[in-house]
Amino acid sequence: MMKAKLHIMAAMATMAALGWGAPAAAHDHGDPERGAALFKACKACHQVGEGARNRVGPVLNGVFGRPAGSVEGFRYSAGMERESADGLVWTWETLDAYIENPKALVSKTRMSFRGIRDEQKRADLLAYLRLFSDNPADIPEAEPTEASALPNLSPEVLALVGDPAYGEYLSSECTTCHQVDGSDEGIPSITGWPVEDFVVAMHAYKEKIRPHPVMQMMAGRLSNEEIAALAAYFNGL
Amino acid sequence: MKLNRRRFIGATAGATATLAAPMVRAASDGRPRVVVVGGGAGGATVARYLAKDSKGAIDVTLIEPTRTYYTCFFSNLYLGGLIPLEKIAHSYGTLAAEYGINVVHDWAVGIDRDARTVTTAGGYTFAYDKLVLSPGIDFVEGSVPGWDIDAQNEMPHAYKAGSQTELLRAQIMAMPEGGTYAMVAPPNPYRCPPGPYERVSMVARILKQHNPTAKILIADPKPKFSKMALFQEGWSNHYDGMIEWIGPDFGGDKVSVDPAAMTLDIDGEVTRVDVCNVIPAMKAGRICEIAGITDGNWAPVHARDLRSKMDDNIHVLGDSCAQGDMPKSGFSANSQAKVCANAVRGALTGSAVFPAKFSNTCWSSLDENDGVKVGATYEATDEKIAKVDGFISKTGEDATLRQATYEESFGWYEGITSDMFG
Repeated sequence: MMKAKLHIMAAMATMAALGWGAPAAAHDHGDPERGAALFKACKACHQVGEGARNRVGPVLNGVFGRPAGSVEGFRYSAGMERESADGLVWTWETLDAYIENPKALVSKTRMSFRGIRDEQKRADLLAYLRLFSDNPADIPEAEPTEASALPNLSPEVLALVGDPAYGEYLSSECTTCHQVDGSDEGIPSITGWPVEDFVVAMHAYKEKIRPHPVMQMMAGRLSNEEIAALAAYFNGL
Repeated sequence: MKLNRRRFIGATAGATATLAAPMVRAASDGRPRVVVVGGGAGGATVARYLAKDSKGAIDVTLIEPTRTYYTCFFSNLYLGGLIPLEKIAHSYGTLAAEYGINVVHDWAVGIDRDARTVTTAGGYTFAYDKLVLSPGIDFVEGSVPGWDIDAQNEMPHAYKAGSQTELLRAQIMAMPEGGTYAMVAPPNPYRCPPGPYERVSMVARILKQHNPTAKILIADPKPKFSKMALFQEGWSNHYDGMIEWIGPDFGGDKVSVDPAAMTLDIDGEVTRVDVCNVIPAMKAGRICEIAGITDGNWAPVHARDLRSKMDDNIHVLGDSCAQGDMPKSGFSANSQAKVCANAVRGALTGSAVFPAKFSNTCWSSLDENDGVKVGATYEATDEKIAKVDGFISKTGEDATLRQATYEESFGWYEGITSDMFG
């Protein structure tokens, strides 16, 4: 608690020293409640709050002030690692630019997100995320992130260990559209996903919870073992 | 017969004496040999997967006449001014350099099924253990009275992409103000079922910008066509009043042309047109006929491995094969190629053969940022490749979804071309 407060004071002192008067006021127009609703779109890949873990995307607790590409245990795209090496740090301004158009800021990012054009919506979303950054050690009653639409999967299905060799063969159906090297233009990358997220996403398509006609059709005829095999293969790339 | 080097030398000496064949490609170090004819969505993919997955255990030769390959898919978007021609041009350099495929730019002109050799127009002979034919389509002679291949400069088909596509685009841009672009649409079955209608959309798009009083006339022998309701809705949304479609009820199936006079005769009514895009009836690439593996216009194959029903050592992919329910599309050919590669590799090296799964999706652009799609999954049965499940875009979808579909089609293009060319 004490330590966290000191950090904030230090940060404000730095801002003052840099001549950024009233930093909070400049970004006060975001509404965290509206932002919480907007964050639902991000939940397919990102978690925040207590118990948040890295999923398809890195955990977003403490993202403000963090160097880009620095969450331990997360495998970043080469593009994000390059930006990190170049010194990109997540601030309100850089995050705002990133979520407006991810590829404009980090050209080879794996984040398959179209971006938010509406300035107010970006402000709302960042106001929400900021709740988990201002004082990350002291998140009050933040609920664990609940995914927007999840299939009801038995532990046995989740525990299946896929055969990556079979997955490699099956993957040839995926690679007509999804590029193995992780590039994505119009179709998201599926390379390097955590196994569980891959399995959950595919079952969500299979049960037609997640919307997309091509993916519902493709997943619709995959068995539990085949989904596990694909998850193992794409995770290991 | 597996050739080792010594027997091969003996065989060559005999062949030289009796057939005067200038050269037979060496069966290097006894590796099994696969020759692939045709470097499109089927051929390039099967060559790449065989080379990649066998890790050099299979000697792969790809015979394709063009050094720069222009994909037919997306060539309509070039006509519509949405992409430059370079976007659809691809070389075979990566397949040669990174996958060790022997890429031969030549025409395959002969197949000796007993000797298991392919000869080329350049005079070479290539021996194979397994042969994969993926030569795309050729046109049925006389299917549009008055038109033959000599008339393709006056009345382009532009259904094999490249110079024909550029020619058609130049003719469209040179149309007089208020002129007429006519299309003679093909009968079923043909390459890319939505292709002619996507083309009409793209031609309308470019005319709307450069020649807004121009007209488009389609003579069609089919009473209905792929994504018909979606195209008709798109045409009325974007190009209202510009496009006239004449189906068989009004004589669209009784068409002849006169390339010298630039006229189109629809059931006795003769119209002078400024551009006449004749897309004739289609058949398997001629090398299938030469190999003697066709039945009618197409080459029948077994569903599980795309193996010819006439010859166990020949597989036929893509537009040329008669396989069942899959449409003739680049996506289908690419899907079939991967099943075929798995089966051929298993037969030659003993690697695991997994069950066949097929799929297809065809995206079509109605205008910039207005995309629609249709797709299905398929499985192998004893008789044919049979449709399992499918979907199609709906009329009246909102602009955001249509834009996402349009952008998705570009993603697919990048995906499939890297799956083909590495």
